[in-house]
Amino acid sequence: MGTFIPNTKEEQLKMLKEIGYKDFDDLFKVIPDAAKVKGELKLPEGLSEIEVDRKVQGLANKNVVFRSIFRGAGAYNHYVPSAVDAIANKEEFLTAYTPYQAEISQGILQSIFEYQTMIAEITGMDIANASLYDGASAAAEACWMCKDRKHSTIYVSGAIDERILEVIKTYSFGRENKVEIIPAKDGVTDKDALKKALEADDEAACFLMQYPNFFGVVEDAEELCKITQGAGAKFIMYCQPLALGLLKNPGEIGADIAVGEGQPLGLGLEFGGPYLGFLSTKEENMRMIPGRLIGETVDTRGERGFVLTIQAREQHIRREKASSNVCSNEAWCALRAGIYLSTIGPKGFEDAAKLCSSKAHYMAEELDKIGMKLCFKGEFWNEFATTCPDADKLLKALEDKGILGGLKFSCCGCDDAKEDCILWCCTELNTKEDIDEVIAVAKEVF
Amino acid sequence: MKLIFEKSIPGRGQDIFPACDVPEKLPKKDMLRKAKVNLPEISENEMGRHYTALAKRAHGVNDGFYPLGSCTMKHNPRINEKMANLPGFAKLHPLQPAHTVQGANELITELEEFLCEITGMDGVTFSPAAGAHGEFTGLLLIKAYHHDRGEAERNEILVPDAAHGTNPASATMAGYKSVTIKSNENGTVDLDDLKAHLGPKTAGLMLTNPNTVGLFDPNIMEITRLVHEAGGLCYYDGANLNAVIGIVRPADIGFDVIHMNLHKTFSTPHGGGGPGSGPCAYKDFLAPFAPGLTCKDGKEYKRAEKSIGNMTGFYGNFLVNVKAYTYLLTIGKDVATLAQNAVLNANYMQEKLKDIYPIAFDTTCMHEFVIGLDPIYRKTHVSALDVAKALLDYGIHPPTIYFPLIVHEALMIEPTETETKETLDEAIQAFREIYDKIFSAPESVQQAPQTTPVLRLDDTKAAREPHLRYKFD
Repeated sequence: MGTFIPNTKEEQLKMLKEIGYKDFDDLFKVIPDAAKVKGELKLPEGLSEIEVDRKVQGLANKNVVFRSIFRGAGAYNHYVPSAVDAIANKEEFLTAYTPYQAEISQGILQSIFEYQTMIAEITGMDIANASLYDGASAAAEACWMCKDRKHSTIYVSGAIDERILEVIKTYSFGRENKVEIIPAKDGVTDKDALKKALEADDEAACFLMQYPNFFGVVEDAEELCKITQGAGAKFIMYCQPLALGLLKNPGEIGADIAVGEGQPLGLGLEFGGPYLGFLSTKEENMRMIPGRLIGETVDTRGERGFVLTIQAREQHIRREKASSNVCSNEAWCALRAGIYLSTIGPKGFEDAAKLCSSKAHYMAEELDKIGMKLCFKGEFWNEFATTCPDADKLLKALEDKGILGGLKFSCCGCDDAKEDCILWCCTELNTKEDIDEVIAVAKEVF
Repeated sequence: MKLIFEKSIPGRGQDIFPACDVPEKLPKKDMLRKAKVNLPEISENEMGRHYTALAKRAHGVNDGFYPLGSCTMKHNPRINEKMANLPGFAKLHPLQPAHTVQGANELITELEEFLCEITGMDGVTFSPAAGAHGEFTGLLLIKAYHHDRGEAERNEILVPDAAHGTNPASATMAGYKSVTIKSNENGTVDLDDLKAHLGPKTAGLMLTNPNTVGLFDPNIMEITRLVHEAGGLCYYDGANLNAVIGIVRPADIGFDVIHMNLHKTFSTPHGGGGPGSGPCAYKDFLAPFAPGLTCKDGKEYKRAEKSIGNMTGFYGNFLVNVKAYTYLLTIGKDVATLAQNAVLNANYMQEKLKDIYPIAFDTTCMHEFVIGLDPIYRKTHVSALDVAKALLDYGIHPPTIYFPLIVHEALMIEPTETETKETLDEAIQAFREIYDKIFSAPESVQQAPQTTPVLRLDDTKAAREPHLRYKFD
């Protein structure tokens, strides 16, 4: 019953007649009968807006929205400033498409140019692209950028999120390159293993590490970078962008490519998507970059303007020789990230990172006091792994109070294999009171 | 206009974050950043005005007619947005326990049923984030299938010369050699050329039907039969599904796997270039290879037995899927009305322009048609690009230009079903006026646009002297 078609039946018939068709059957007679659907599709009756609203709200209400969240592991509960929604939801942004026609798309183009600049700034790299689907797929694309005729093996740290690894492996099944894992030891990449592996392999293309890594540990990126580049391979850092408010950025470390999940930059949790893959690199890699790039130029009067550029890399020009098949990416999510970073500014960028760090350290200390010990010795920022006598029991008790506790995971780094492990995450949204509440629940449980 | 960085004044800003309520504790000093990070320092008011100015320099479907061929720029219903923004969806952590996301799983399961019914397929993966990503996924399913059967030597994907650029690019990403199949004089697949290229190396065929010149291939059943006989699988590029939704089901005409662009056929907004969603539907025999984690029993997330892995970190672009689901609830079993009015609108425009503009293949089109401006260009030196730019001065977003590659000076027009006859008539009038100008004052067309915020931009300069970011002093 619901429809967004403006033409009435009468108008349609009139238009059909005007162009020489009796009816819709006549119009569709170019399709062979054998190809057409017989009878009606088994779909429900269409609904009015009120009915749709009621039904979908009903489904939303069946889900649990936690009031207090201590789970990260790839999706982070950061604050989204009011301006982000208000601005991004402007329909000119929402209902436009890829800015192919630059003269009437300057707003979209400039917003992405600004986003590219901000991503390059926070990662300390020269240039960034217009966005990719999400962090994991951006990581897979970054690995591919490093491949050349002589170098095709992708090395990945065993301390990265297995969800990222899964996507890298899937892309590699397509592109037919080897993926090798460098094992983690004590919650960090085993440096000796990395050195040995790269030195023994003439075909090493790159090494990808996560920063902070899946266990929350901030690895010695400078040393890993030195080992990797020393062996002639490229160094890729998969970063939590807000951590770069505090931690040395990939540019300072000397990385070749920085990628990551842009979700913390003004996107919600959204049950996993749409998120935002960001990718930045050194200028020398410009023509290897996958996806859209926006560049500055001038119009016929000499006025500054922006266009899609260096398109000779892309699928619509290069077809089978393109650097990637990316067409639609996540432009609107990139717009949100741009608004977010403009809202918080350089001071907020640092403050947010400090808040996350301080709260996580406070929580870790409080958990330690009740016997839930850090699994790893390394420095951390806003995520950390602890032991737990019975993770299921604790997480259930927290859930009953509307709290999403950390993520239970199997950790191989603990001395006491009988203990469970939990990966905790704090953000600026977790107050001291919230943290103390978790500790109180844990005390009750154990 | 100024960049946001040029409006930045040191010390200005917005107060978002509270004072810290626990003792400050940071990672050790030698791990901390020393590099300066230039981000805008700007008040909320100034920032709001900046983006409002940018919005005014953008053109969305809500601003006016947007007949961008192959992109299906239909109306984006408001209810879709409202539903996707419900906290019960937008605030879900992707790693919440399965029993706390039953509504989300129910929604995805029901959407899967809808899409299976529409395509005739047996299962859907929502892991791909966009159309091209769905193509890549579908090709990996085909690859996994052949490998599983011990036929890894099948390494060629046949792609018609009229195909979207993403098709051959996706084939390369999947490790395939893409083999181009010629179009015949009617603009559809040349059967002899297809037969000549089929063989023991054929992994599959990628086809969009109706194709990119807007024609439904009358030999479609024959084409898919030939590919199957050669041992290949048939991939349907669902970018043009809006033309036949409810009228033709890809599975019924011999396709084994398909991606859909939820941001095209299923009305979710294009967002200035994403996020889209490109779910991939497949027949049962491909199910064991499907990517991603699904939670069909409502208890735990599982991966298919021989899964190719995953295309995105979690479950694809979930909120976009919520919008498409909302849309399908609204339309229901009347989905064929979408195709009907889309095809009617395209034919109406084609018919009203074909006396002056050369139509690439002058026959009943589907949801879009292609003008081949070449004969006019040869006479007047007014190009497809010039016509496109002239449309800007009428407040119309130009059609897709220089695509498909098999038509010279192509203008590919897709009005979609959500446009009124009046809008079409206005656009037809604009096209006709431009036609007159091509002959009476060609330079005025070649110098268009004149009313846009910037005039024609120097693409060559942009590519030769790349400036991809603002340079701070």
